[in-house]
Amino acid sequence: MPAHLRNTIRIGLTALLLTVVSVSSAFAQAEDGPAFLTNRINALILVIVFSVAVMYFTQQARKGKTLFLRKIPGLDAVEEAVGRATEMGRPILYIPGILDLDEMDTIAGVSILGRVTKIVAEYETPLIVPARYPTVLAACQEICEQAYAEAGKPDTFNKDSVRYLAGEQFAFTAAVNGIMMRERPATNIYLGGFFAESLLLAETGNAAGSIQIAGTSQPEQLPFFIAACDYTLMGEELYAASAYLSHEPLMTGGLKGQDLIKVILITVIIVGVILSLLDHWNVIHFFDIYSGWFQEA
Amino acid sequence: MRKTVPVVTAFVTGVIVTISFFFNEHTTLIGKVQGGILQWVTIIFGLALALGMVSITRVNFNKIKRKQEGWFYSVLVIVSVFVMAIPSALPVSWSPMFGRNEGSLYYWLWTRISEPMMATMFAMLAFYIASAAYRAFRARSTESTLLLLTAVIVMLSRIPMGEWFLRLFNESLPDWVNIYIMNGFNLSVQRGIIVGAALGAASMSLRIILGIERTYMGKG
Repeated sequence: MPAHLRNTIRIGLTALLLTVVSVSSAFAQAEDGPAFLTNRINALILVIVFSVAVMYFTQQARKGKTLFLRKIPGLDAVEEAVGRATEMGRPILYIPGILDLDEMDTIAGVSILGRVTKIVAEYETPLIVPARYPTVLAACQEICEQAYAEAGKPDTFNKDSVRYLAGEQFAFTAAVNGIMMRERPATNIYLGGFFAESLLLAETGNAAGSIQIAGTSQPEQLPFFIAACDYTLMGEELYAASAYLSHEPLMTGGLKGQDLIKVILITVIIVGVILSLLDHWNVIHFFDIYSGWFQEA
Repeated sequence: MRKTVPVVTAFVTGVIVTISFFFNEHTTLIGKVQGGILQWVTIIFGLALALGMVSITRVNFNKIKRKQEGWFYSVLVIVSVFVMAIPSALPVSWSPMFGRNEGSLYYWLWTRISEPMMATMFAMLAFYIASAAYRAFRARSTESTLLLLTAVIVMLSRIPMGEWFLRLFNESLPDWVNIYIMNGFNLSVQRGIIVGAALGAASMSLRIILGIERTYMGKG
């Protein structure tokens, strides 16, 4: 089946499913309140615009249109960091955050793990992946095994390289710090959700003399990573990393859609600032109505 | 099969959970289905705990078997895991030492060993912050000098003696620090990062739901 036809079918099925589920839900209304939450229409509009934008740019990418992606130095440094570990004969420590698999940060972290493991497998460098949750452990084991197989070296994969340490935040941190000080990894990669342990991990890695690449969407933890790591991916860069490393136009289409929504949001903010100032100077009083469009009624 | 089933599962559950956000969770079919999906997530996470037990036992057992450096600590890990897990899983009716209530072995180990050790780890953060701040606040360029000055002013405004010192220059100086630096520059940048991250997460979710992004299950 041709790619464009397959894609059309996929989009069509999505639209059909959305319609069927929406209609069936609407008819399932009971006596306690409305079925459809009208106070969330603004969010629904944003979801639709966002989905259309992502699908449009994905289609453009499918047609072969080149989409520009700015450089992310932290991700460009991954191969160099793996090479350094190989030369030094030391392992690479990859931590996919301390959140469970139902969090986007963790999904982003384990997605990048596949790309990194492929490079690690090619260089035959030892890899250590500690997990805080068993579900993350299972996902990481599967991803690493697949990456080693794709690199043509399935026999070199050691299942124990991906290991469960502890379910408690600081017990996990203590165990990871122990690994850093005992095994002295040449490179530490922290990509996922991190909280109070971020600096404990990054400073220990720094003291152990490792090259460190970090990335999280938690803004409170970013200063700690910036202070203690060589490269830091900030916020959205973490989610873009998998698409960036894949170099696949299809994946980068989603990033372009995201950029378009960012332009829309920046415009909304600028208009809001202007309206707020005009409201403050008693020129026109439209700001309350305008800001009401973006709040849950 | 190994490729199709996870993609279809991600698509169906993703669409249901997204749509259910716009419907009443108590009165609509989709709301109830979403509740069921979330319950399944909890059940799967609970069952997966056995995987963790197997992993921690296997890794440490291999270390002991091969007499690797520090193998004695692996003995401690295995003993600790089972001493905590087994009595807590047994019914209290058999002995007051079992279960997780006050007076049980699990409770004793938790409050007297685990909690103090974790509190110690957290308390050590103060020293780590000091060493990281020393490196970050070195005035090597114009930008880092600006960072250093801002950090000094903010830190001063956050402690009583520093606040008193700042008020010597101007009575409103600590309030200005709060208004302009913390709630102005700092908060706006944080919100910018949060908005970007939220869009990134939404974009990635969409890629997963549509089956474009499959790296999370080991497929390139």
